[in-house]
Amino acid sequence: MTTTIANASTAIEHNTAFDVGPRRETLPGYNYAFLDELSKKAIRRAILKAVAIPGYQVPFGSRELPIARGWGTGGLQITLSLVGAGDVVKVIDQGADDSVNAVNIRRLVERTAPDVSTTTETGLASIIQTRHRTPEQPLREDQIIVYQVPLPEPLRPVERKESETRRMHGEGDYSRMWVALYEDIVQNGRITRGAGYPVMVNERHIMSPSPIPRWDLPRLDMARNLSLFGAGREKRVYAVPPLTSVIPLAFEDQPFTVESFNGLHCRRCGSDGSYLVAIPDERGESHYVCSDEDWCAARVDAQQTLQEGQGAAE
Amino acid sequence: MTVSERTTIRSNGATAPDATGHVLSVEGLTKLYGDGCPDCLRLTGPETETNSCPRCGSIVACADVSFELRPGRTLGIVGESGSGKTTVLRCLYGDMPPTSGDAYLNAYAGGQRSIFKADPQERRRIRNFHLGMVYQNPRQGLNLMISSGGNVAERLLAAEWRRVDAIRERAAGLLGRMEIPLDRMDQIPAYFSGGMQQRVQVAKALANGPVVVLLDEMTSGLDVSVQAGVLDLILEIQREEGIAMLVVSHDLGVIRLLCERTIVMKSGRVVEAGVTDQILEDPHHPYTQLLVSSVNS
Repeated sequence: MTTTIANASTAIEHNTAFDVGPRRETLPGYNYAFLDELSKKAIRRAILKAVAIPGYQVPFGSRELPIARGWGTGGLQITLSLVGAGDVVKVIDQGADDSVNAVNIRRLVERTAPDVSTTTETGLASIIQTRHRTPEQPLREDQIIVYQVPLPEPLRPVERKESETRRMHGEGDYSRMWVALYEDIVQNGRITRGAGYPVMVNERHIMSPSPIPRWDLPRLDMARNLSLFGAGREKRVYAVPPLTSVIPLAFEDQPFTVESFNGLHCRRCGSDGSYLVAIPDERGESHYVCSDEDWCAARVDAQQTLQEGQGAAE
Repeated sequence: MTVSERTTIRSNGATAPDATGHVLSVEGLTKLYGDGCPDCLRLTGPETETNSCPRCGSIVACADVSFELRPGRTLGIVGESGSGKTTVLRCLYGDMPPTSGDAYLNAYAGGQRSIFKADPQERRRIRNFHLGMVYQNPRQGLNLMISSGGNVAERLLAAEWRRVDAIRERAAGLLGRMEIPLDRMDQIPAYFSGGMQQRVQVAKALANGPVVVLLDEMTSGLDVSVQAGVLDLILEIQREEGIAMLVVSHDLGVIRLLCERTIVMKSGRVVEAGVTDQILEDPHHPYTQLLVSSVNS
């Protein structure tokens, strides 16, 4: 509810106000949304800077959390520093809402921020924390998506030194990144990067979109929602504000392409326009289903409603 | 902008002189290492035969170096080791910032604004679009672990070429001109001989159609026959493409072959400047006399 960046600051004010009538008790001995208020403020400041410079990696003091670094601590710190009364949080783990990691993160938010509720439905969420996927359903301007990022530096494969990659970003000196893509094409006939494909943000900064498949990248370009990226282990946050260009790096004669499923469709909902993953059945054969489980479930529901409606009409 | 459009603009830019007729003019270029003191410049230089200030210990790598370069011409910089030749090139190329001084490139802001006043992002663009550099050691100018084609491509990609086929065509053409066999285009230069590496570096420096190419002792590490071959290629390409060159060398033979005009540096200062033949036949400054006589004897 309270989630464009302007509204996020409204949420910020609510954070300290406990007069909203919590539905549950906060865990005794813990602050609202787990982190102390100064930490959350510091993280929100880093986020504001990130929003002001799209695609630029802002360093921040990553806090200790009750989950290990590398398990979504960057995303979780952003989520915890943003949630306020009335927010609805959804947590996605590779398209699924029911993995142990997703459930535990949701539970932590529920237990430490009693006036925040959780959901698995994309359309109902105000903050969506995700790992490795962007929901198939386009997000609205009142939604924030928070990506968990393992490796925030897209230039790391071509340059090991942090001081040097920061200089390269500062000067827009991206030729070595382009050479790496060129060499990939020369040696393999195409760009072989899959997840975490580098993108140009706002025609200025090259950014790692976190390990989401290429399939998800077109939905980042000029999206109506705010996208935030948190890397807890690497201590960086960065952002793509609403209506900002996000263009995958590609050559004019070797255009960017998304993954192709060659006419396969989802076994559950029949979709042939979503990102599919293979799952083995009891006999050991592979079947394809939507990776975005909420998207798939919503389609199945709609089809059932339609069938029931038709049945009733007859 | 398409690649072909850019090519036209480039070749125009390379030959069209500005109002003053210079592609590059350098004024008062000074580079100090250390904090510096008011007496640094007075207490160093050719008279005192030192680069290091006796007062504060700062090193005056070069001071008050000024010269002009006309389109398609070649200027030589000679001088002994440590006289500040390479410092001048590296400041111009943007490898390091000068302490003071200005340099005007007619390809940047119409030659109205010093390239040393440009912000780091603009500096990078000037270097990527208008300059080329050949270092003494190929290790500095090339990434030996990516293919020679990729090395040339890096300059083209930096100058925002975005078509793989056009990049490959241009890289193959340049490497061919430099007599690198085409089947070695996709090999890494780490496996090349020193002369071949240096020729790849020249191809790389010329790739983006620069207005000025900076050559830093590029033949010093090569044997004489290879030297001659590389120099011939450079002369040929320069004549065809009308690129202006700044050649740093302590080898007077190279200077005599390539440069119409020459400046002589000693202890960070320009001690003599003029037409190359005149300097070599009738040197005025005692250091130049020493330099010329030690070669002739």
